[in-house]
Amino acid sequence: MDGVIGFFEKLGPNLEILVARMPQILDGIQATVLATALGGLLALVIAIVFGIAQVAKYAAVRIAARIFVEFFRGTSLVVQLFWLAFVLPQLPYPFGWRLAPLVVAVLALGLNYGAYGAEVVRGSIGSVPRGQYEAISALSLSPMRGMFRVIIPQAWALMLPSLSNLWIQLLKGSAIVSTVLLYDLYFRVEQVRDQTGTWFAFLFALLAYYLLAWVIVIIMNALEVRAKHKIGRGPALSKSWGMLFRAPGSVVKGGALV
Amino acid sequence: MPDNADNAGQPGIPHIEFRDVVKKFGDNTVLNDLNFTVAKGERVTLIGPSGSGKTTILRLVMTLEELTGGYVFVGGDPLQYEDRGGKRQRVPDKVRRRTTTQIGMVFQHFNLFPNMSVLENIIEAPLHVMGLSKAEAIPKAEALLEKVGMADKRDFNPSQLSGGQQQRVAIARALAMDPEVLLLDEVTSALDPELVGEVLTVLKDIAEETDISMLIVTHEMQFARDVSDRVMMFDEGRIVEEGAPEKIFSSPESQRTQDFLRAVL
Ligand SMILES: Nc1ncnc2c1ncn2[C@@H]1O[C@H](COP(=O)(O)OP(=O)(O)O)[C@@H](O)[C@H]1O
Ligand SMILES: [Mg+2]
Repeated sequence: MDGVIGFFEKLGPNLEILVARMPQILDGIQATVLATALGGLLALVIAIVFGIAQVAKYAAVRIAARIFVEFFRGTSLVVQLFWLAFVLPQLPYPFGWRLAPLVVAVLALGLNYGAYGAEVVRGSIGSVPRGQYEAISALSLSPMRGMFRVIIPQAWALMLPSLSNLWIQLLKGSAIVSTVLLYDLYFRVEQVRDQTGTWFAFLFALLAYYLLAWVIVIIMNALEVRAKHKIGRGPALSKSWGMLFRAPGSVVKGGALV
Repeated sequence: MPDNADNAGQPGIPHIEFRDVVKKFGDNTVLNDLNFTVAKGERVTLIGPSGSGKTTILRLVMTLEELTGGYVFVGGDPLQYEDRGGKRQRVPDKVRRRTTTQIGMVFQHFNLFPNMSVLENIIEAPLHVMGLSKAEAIPKAEALLEKVGMADKRDFNPSQLSGGQQQRVAIARALAMDPEVLLLDEVTSALDPELVGEVLTVLKDIAEETDISMLIVTHEMQFARDVSDRVMMFDEGRIVEEGAPEKIFSSPESQRTQDFLRAVL
């Protein structure tokens, strides 16, 4: 019942199966969206905290941040998931936490992609022109205030395209969370595959993930347009809706601000 | 040359003092044993060929560069290093920032904060460094914008302004901190020629209306003549010649000053 011909022959019945299974599939989409959204949020917080910590004044802070980042970048997502799901509960009191599958997924995705994001944040902080740091110093603003009032708002516009890519990778990376018993979109597709065949099931999976990725692209493009407008590098979002569908990081001509 | 030592706040203490200053970038010794003072209210212009160390001197006063050797004092307070019990010791950052609060700097490339409006650029440091309230900082900023002819642009973003306008905002931003020392590093070099005049006019007014001590680097020799009490000619990190502007510009003694002025005038 597989193959291209099977796909077309069985399209009608397969669509019926899909409709019949829609409640479970929607549950799966919900799990994937939750893991991606919450994992992405955690990753963002980790990225900002550890990105800034890597340029901190005190060497001890920088080194600690560096070790953290290298650890979570260097160990695989699967191992982190398994560790949180199966090793952590076996640790002696008070560490033997048994976490819900969604919590495990969010933690592992957040830590892993947050570590990558920290590098992005560090890089974009370094890309803010030297003159900005000098103006902060010349106004005797404290380094902390300068960082949060001047550097981060400018670095934010620079880091969004890369963060957008990371978030899409996180979405795709989330397809393994069913190994720790979070029944996500991928798991539900696997379930209907027995009845519909591989071609139909995975074509559906491709489309579903593709649409979810587009939602991320549009959200991140909106943030990027807004951030660039705020630092005078592009039009307001209300004047450039078309920007939402472009590739992240696209340059806007004529940075007119009105 | 007016004798500015007369109106000094603390008689006998120069407003800016370089004492045995050494500045190296790696193996490149840019300043070697430099000594000079600026009196309270005095306007001193540094001239000299590119690479002679003029910018480095201003950046040392603003503590944007690490001092390799010697001491820099502002109002008698040591900036980066102090002599404690015969030992050269680092001044803690918090103490240093208290001293640099009285120093303002205007840069060649303006360095306005692009994520803030013109007004926000100006009130940021008064609010968070001087501790003014918004009710105090905003009228003060508006008065300064008036003075630099930018009152109608207070809610604009820096990217909407011409270079000359941005530089006038940067001047207002520096003045908002009530500086006692103002450092001007080639503030018109990045501007289109037709925009230079508006910035120099603003600076001349400020020089006339205030008694802020100024250390100026410029290639605008007429401006230097108009505002300076003293001109120092630098070459290879040394003071080649110094004196009143009329003397330096009309009858320089050193051959190097003559060559330099012939090239730029
Ligand atoms: N950040 C730096 N790193 C290395 N060398 C520098 C740096 N800044 C300045 N220099 C060197 O110091 C010398 C003096 O530079 P500068 O003070 O900018 O001169 P000026 O302002 O008179 O043109 C030059 O030889 C320059 O190459
Ligand atoms: Mg220079």
